Amino acid sequence: MTDQAPQTPDKVSPEPFIRIIELHKWFGEFHVLKGINLSVNKGERIVICGPSGSGKSTLIRCINRLEEHQRGRIIVDNIELTNDIKNIEKIRVEVGMVFQHFNLFPHLTILENLTLGPIWVRKLPRPEAENLARYYLEKVHIAEQAQKYPGQLSGGQQQRVAIARSLCMKPKVMLFDEPTSSLDPEMVKEVLDVIIQLAKEGMTMLVVSHEMGFAKSVAHRVLFMDFGQVLEENTPQEFFSNPRHERSKLFLSQILR
Amino acid sequence: MEDASITLQATEEVRPPVTNIGALGWVRQNLFSNPFNSLLTLLVAYGLYRTVPAFIKWAFINAVWWSDSQACNQAGGACWSVVTRNLRFILFGFYPYDQQWRPVFSLGLLAAVVVYSSFRRNWNKRLFVVWAGGLALIGLIMHGGIFGLPSVETEKWSGISLTLLLSIFGVAAAYPFGVILALGRRSRLPAIKTLCVVYIELIRGVPLISMLFMASVMFPLFLPEGITVNKILRAQVAIIMFTAAYIAEVVRGGLQATPRGQYEAAESLGLNYYLKMRLIILPQALKTVIPPTVSILISAFKDTSLVVIIGLFDLLRTTHVTLSNPEWMGFSTEAYLFTASIYFVGCFVMSNFGRRLEKKLKT
Repeated sequence: MTDQAPQTPDKVSPEPFIRIIELHKWFGEFHVLKGINLSVNKGERIVICGPSGSGKSTLIRCINRLEEHQRGRIIVDNIELTNDIKNIEKIRVEVGMVFQHFNLFPHLTILENLTLGPIWVRKLPRPEAENLARYYLEKVHIAEQAQKYPGQLSGGQQQRVAIARSLCMKPKVMLFDEPTSSLDPEMVKEVLDVIIQLAKEGMTMLVVSHEMGFAKSVAHRVLFMDFGQVLEENTPQEFFSNPRHERSKLFLSQILR
Repeated sequence: MEDASITLQATEEVRPPVTNIGALGWVRQNLFSNPFNSLLTLLVAYGLYRTVPAFIKWAFINAVWWSDSQACNQAGGACWSVVTRNLRFILFGFYPYDQQWRPVFSLGLLAAVVVYSSFRRNWNKRLFVVWAGGLALIGLIMHGGIFGLPSVETEKWSGISLTLLLSIFGVAAAYPFGVILALGRRSRLPAIKTLCVVYIELIRGVPLISMLFMASVMFPLFLPEGITVNKILRAQVAIIMFTAAYIAEVVRGGLQATPRGQYEAAESLGLNYYLKMRLIILPQALKTVIPPTVSILISAFKDTSLVVIIGLFDLLRTTHVTLSNPEWMGFSTEAYLFTASIYFVGCFVMSNFGRRLEKKLKT
């Protein structure tokens, strides 16, 4: 894969890895998602943006069932998400998630944070899990922090650990829920660099983010959401230079000011 | 020259003003910082002056330690002889005199189990085996009837061994039971949730005394003819059920204080409910609630003295019985001070352990 910005049809396989069909969700009376249709192919990278409250986080949280949908279908890796807890757990193993607030486990060291999933869910022997953890810590450039606790790390470091923690489960797709929104400005780059690196290696990902430069350099598609609907679906170049929908124009004019 | 003195000044450490350090500074800052505090200091000092020397004189200087009650009546101070002369009865009650090494041995075993449990590296499944085994062994030794030990009916188990058995096993069983109740109360399954809510609210709405009464008076009425459940066991179960309800509510507080994100992170790794709770949520929640938990355990320890109400002879009761002996009547202050100090040591150990644990688990 080349380093150049927009890579459109490179390694995306035509087989849809995630299929979302007519997805509806309500929070009480509030209709958050109003009929979302989306399929994500293997190797595809999608950036979702939109104003707060538009339902973008809820959408990706439905994919690993942190939120329950009420109507429509979600199929991940040929497994349909239903109330069957076994299916949900199977899908969660394949789907990595990175949160806005990192959500590292504060009572465990960095290394323990990383090995927990592989040991208890993947059933790897401890030494093997630790090797895996060190490999990914190396990859996110914080191998030297392995024995510290999350509270001793900066926000940027914590988020990189969180990414490594997800990667240790060898997920087939990664979900990023505003991964840089709660970081100090100077730490945004170190986290984005790690995600871009991951993108170059061909990871399938859905990213909720407002980082325009990032979206341009990694995304195959940009989805613009508001009012619980996908209002525009476009290539990043087109979306940022020539948005089609009135609402996306307004949104872009506001964040690019 | 000018230059040199400037650099010197810059590197020289600035010392705090003299009034803030040393004994004088401490006194001024903590005891006489303003007129009101000065007045309080003087009042407290006067109060101490009036009470402490008098108490020391009574408790130590004029006290008698090993005399008979005759000498006690003539002494001007405390009569500790009431304790020393009756020590074995106060501690072991009606347990046969020549067999009292058995409660001593059991208490040693109990202490060993407690010490074993206080090490973090032993916090695993084997801990349950150790407790169950310890309980069984203590029961065997106390009750006898095998290994050539003469059998001692449970009616004769009394004094400190009864108090400690009831409280330590009560607490050890109530804690895991309470955690399970707390998890049940937060369950999504309505049947389990309702069951736990009803249990907790019912138990919390009833005084311990009435639970003990029910256990000793009402419960046997429901049993078929000829079947009896040991009285101590019934009291023990009542204490466990009572304490567990309180622990459940405290633990629930800890579960609710654990951020939503921790649950989500655990779930998104694919951990199932059991692993999520055991590895991620409970370690954090239980740590958060150490202070109120220790409070509950302390009050459970002290509440075991309520078993006198159903005719069990715990530490407080054996003290009381000692004092009803005409020879030792009238020395209740000394005897109760002794009993109180035993309770205090137990409680103090618990709260110290809690504090140490908090410090150790701090991250």
